[in-house]
Amino acid sequence: MSQSVSERTRIKSDRYESGVIPYAKMGYWDAAYSVKQTDLLALFRITPQQGVDPVEATAAVAGESSTATWTVVWTDLLTACDVYRAKAYRVDPVPNTPGQYFGYVAYEVDLFEEGSLANMTASIIGNVFGFKAVKALRLEDMRIPFAYLKTFQGPATGVVVERERMDKFGRPLLGATVKPKLGLSGKNYGRVVFEGLKGGLDFLKDDENINSQAFMRWRERFLYCQEGIQRAAAATGEVKGSYLNVTAGTMEAVYERAEYAKELGSIVIMIDLVMGYTAIQSIAYWARNNDMILHLHRAGNSTYARQKNHGINFRVICKWMRMAGVDHIHAGTVVGKLEGDPLMVKGFYHTLLDVKTDVNLPQGLFFAQDWASLRKCLPVASGGIHCGQMHQLLNYLGDDVVLQFGGGTIGHPDGIQAGATANRVALEIMVLARNEGRDYVAEGPEILQDAAKMCGPLQTALDLWKGISFNYASTDTADFSETATANV
Amino acid sequence: MRLTQGAFSFLPDLTDAQIQKQVQYCIAKGWAVNIEWTDDPHPRNTYWDLWGLPLFDIKDPAAVMFELAECRKANPTGYIKMQAFNASIGTESCVHAFIVQRPNYEPGFFLQRTESDGRFIRYTIVSYATQKLPAGDRY
Repeated sequence: MSQSVSERTRIKSDRYESGVIPYAKMGYWDAAYSVKQTDLLALFRITPQQGVDPVEATAAVAGESSTATWTVVWTDLLTACDVYRAKAYRVDPVPNTPGQYFGYVAYEVDLFEEGSLANMTASIIGNVFGFKAVKALRLEDMRIPFAYLKTFQGPATGVVVERERMDKFGRPLLGATVKPKLGLSGKNYGRVVFEGLKGGLDFLKDDENINSQAFMRWRERFLYCQEGIQRAAAATGEVKGSYLNVTAGTMEAVYERAEYAKELGSIVIMIDLVMGYTAIQSIAYWARNNDMILHLHRAGNSTYARQKNHGINFRVICKWMRMAGVDHIHAGTVVGKLEGDPLMVKGFYHTLLDVKTDVNLPQGLFFAQDWASLRKCLPVASGGIHCGQMHQLLNYLGDDVVLQFGGGTIGHPDGIQAGATANRVALEIMVLARNEGRDYVAEGPEILQDAAKMCGPLQTALDLWKGISFNYASTDTADFSETATANV
Repeated sequence: MRLTQGAFSFLPDLTDAQIQKQVQYCIAKGWAVNIEWTDDPHPRNTYWDLWGLPLFDIKDPAAVMFELAECRKANPTGYIKMQAFNASIGTESCVHAFIVQRPNYEPGFFLQRTESDGRFIRYTIVSYATQKLPAGDRY
């Protein structure tokens, strides 16, 4: 026996011999895998590098987003590694798109810390998106198991409770973003809030980049906004609110601003997506504990959500934000100025509002999802919409939505109140017509014109924004067609 | 002022024919419909007085319209609203609400400001009508 101890104890199995072996062979591919109810499922759009087999690419994605590293490690054998390895179990070519594949991966639920979006996403999107073996990678959809969802709070308030608190039922809510978004003094800013709310809106809103700049520090904004809100509530007899953006450089400052908003009597605060998943979950718990509606502005999402071949589909962000606990999220308008294919937007709305979501490939919903009684998150439609589109908005977006007309309120020639009133009248007449059984989509323009006869501001708005639409092709579109997906 | 609670307060007051169509819409959705009235329309007055129980399992809007007429007879000058309830899982709440009668004269609300520390203000909204007279004599 002349061998050294290290030679004698070397691992003999093929699988664990040191070196580099394909991920599929390492155990990250199992075509016969039977998905467990407790598994977390992910669907990736994978563009493998030239010459890389799609199955191997999918296995590599499974490996790199779970336990694997680039080479074999003997320390795997100290773990129940078969359990912790993610399993790629299905690969389909993307319809009509050579070179791209839909890869399905199943993850054991014990890979993820309970109630931690940061931990879950650190696995699923942690390293793998920079992996060289794939040219591009996009996370298209996820199925979050019921058991794991139960470890998340979900929306702090939710659609049902928000409506009960606001005493507003049977119609979409109406909002507007204060414009210009930067530069107004506190006193002028509060004026816009007051005018819009008095004219008939339910909410005004800070924009994503209004925090606490030299031209207006946050206390000024909060104090004047609250004056505007309360004056408008007294003038109309309605509950009103304005999303006070509490986003700040540190979490301590976020809490300070949120507490101040609560003491002032605000019913809603707002955060930006760029503050990060952990901060969002923290403020969502705070919001639940303090009876506060929590509005999320999806600032930054288009940097990774818009292009079809790489990044994260926005429906996944919708899922994560419903788990994280926000009450509102901007989710597209279909007809406005921002990206939004009709079918894709429908899929986002289902993700935010359904009790259970069914598979719907044209809408990009690859997995059935039971939402485990997490509350509903209210979609917000904002960006380049106006009252002349009310029939289309109601048709595409339904009742559970906040329709936000920023320019479409503040840009009204007769003033902000007139702009708000035009929007509210247009909304109410369209809901009335729909409920009466009229073909409101086809007759929409006529219904609005009739209403404008008794509402001057509406007539002015319809004349001003007549024919304004944003007819650009969407970049994020359906892979499985049921109907034409042209922008409207 | 005009109280703008409810789904249709920016439109001219609904006619009975229009109200009936809304009731029909609610019934077709399987919702229960109820009638409530008040002479205290404060925005946070959650509990208006019930006009009987919500009408469950009704087939004909006429039943609701009859109760509305009765409620109007009993409360000729106050606010009356109609609401619909959806009992299905995930909602279990009010899903439609609109005013079907309002007083001829609506005096509105006073905004009471109580100055506090620094620039802090505590706001209280008070209905003029409830300040002057007791319940039942206000409108």
